Amino acid sequence: MLEEVFREQWARVFASLVGYTGDVDVAEEAAQEAFAVAAERWSREGPPDDPGAWLVVTGRNRAIDRLRRERAHAQKIRLLDRPEPVEVTMDGTTIPDERLELFFMCCHPALAAEAQVALTLRALGGLSTAEIARAFLVGEETMKRRLSRARAKIRAAVIPFAVPRREALPARLGAVLAVLYLIFNQGYGDARAGLAAEAIRLCRVLLGLMPAEPEVAALLALMLLHDSRRAARVRDGEIVPLAEQDRGLWDTAQIREGLGLLDRALARGGGGAYTVQAAIAAHQAEERIDWPAVAALYDRLGELTGSPVVALNRAVAVAETEGPQAALALVDALDLDGYRYFHSTRAELLRRLGDVEGARAAYDRALGLTVTEAERRFLARRLRELRTGPQAPG
Amino acid sequence: MRYALLINLLPESYAGLGEEEIAAVNAEYIALRADERVIGGEQLQPAETATTVRSAGGELLVTDGPFADTKEVFGGFFIVEAADLDAALEVAARVPAVRMGGSVEVRPLVEF
Repeated sequence: MLEEVFREQWARVFASLVGYTGDVDVAEEAAQEAFAVAAERWSREGPPDDPGAWLVVTGRNRAIDRLRRERAHAQKIRLLDRPEPVEVTMDGTTIPDERLELFFMCCHPALAAEAQVALTLRALGGLSTAEIARAFLVGEETMKRRLSRARAKIRAAVIPFAVPRREALPARLGAVLAVLYLIFNQGYGDARAGLAAEAIRLCRVLLGLMPAEPEVAALLALMLLHDSRRAARVRDGEIVPLAEQDRGLWDTAQIREGLGLLDRALARGGGGAYTVQAAIAAHQAEERIDWPAVAALYDRLGELTGSPVVALNRAVAVAETEGPQAALALVDALDLDGYRYFHSTRAELLRRLGDVEGARAAYDRALGLTVTEAERRFLARRLRELRTGPQAPG
Repeated sequence: MRYALLINLLPESYAGLGEEEIAAVNAEYIALRADERVIGGEQLQPAETATTVRSAGGELLVTDGPFADTKEVFGGFFIVEAADLDAALEVAARVPAVRMGGSVEVRPLVEF
């Protein structure tokens, strides 16, 4: 119960303290102290009427204490030129929500991509350093260093705690969305569903803060539509391709919400990469997939991103509309030799064309590049079936 | 907050330019000095004029040329006084070297 309140309040409290102190380190320490005091007091006396405001005020007072100590120290060596901090008490005034500023600071392009992801999960998700380290399969010390390097850069280079100006906003919002999608995909690639859920939660927060931005709604739609198939994606520890999934396991509430958000994005003039991807995911949720429409959407996505991976996915749609031969010609023109889905897609097309030898070689290449056990099992089964013919689904 | 904008030029980007075009680029650099955020800056002579001094086994070693032989060459710097990194990056984006294949490294200065 208390943990839930903390989880809910952390980002707001931390954001407010960064805004108040202008210093990420001071804010983090003060926020942690405020939550520690709360944990002790609330379990005795119960939570106050407005837990968020209580935490912010307590955190501010802790920050003031620290700045006073630093000031006393600095005055001795005549360094710090800050106005004397004033003690804050709760006066019922509303505390502004500064989480949007926090999003833009954590996802500033001047920070390394991995640092953006870690900071976002720490600052906005409230995850502990240990939890983030586990999610990204690195040691806790490594993650601690990564976060402290990022905080040191924010401080030294004065990375702003602010919503960017209108001209810079599309690019900077793109960076925030990219971080959220990266977190989602990290959780989607294997069983770490906690990260996917966290990415969805953060995207909801962002949409609440920027309700008019079509690409934010589109990204949330995209995540929900993909996440709706989570229970059907793996069977007996093996990846199940879309066409073979048990639709009864799809989360219909998530699909409905995703479709609604896609409509909202389109109604607001959305036409960016996330809107197009969400539209593709929406088609994939239909009983009979409209492959020409999917191919056309991949065309559009290719224009927007210039990505060879998109061209590969487009070829999969082309295989359904024009046949595997046409698709194979498109795939073979791509320079994606180190990419496992390039080889598994080729293998699938060669298998459908009756080229058993070619398919076997391509499945072998894909197996060699695969990192997750669930994918490995799927590819191994496909390889076996090449030899024996497909087994009746059981 | 003060930042150094370290300008790395791509010398070959000047190769095909006529006198007038070079004068136009120089004028752009001079115009940047007029930005109130730019509080200082210097242009360096070409890398061919550089001499490098180092110590090798206790001996002073003087060699011809720049410290590192790279495609991009350090060509000069601006000192910028800006509220935050975004403001400094805004000035950096207007340095002609950026669109001429070079780059600008933005580094905060140590404040004493």
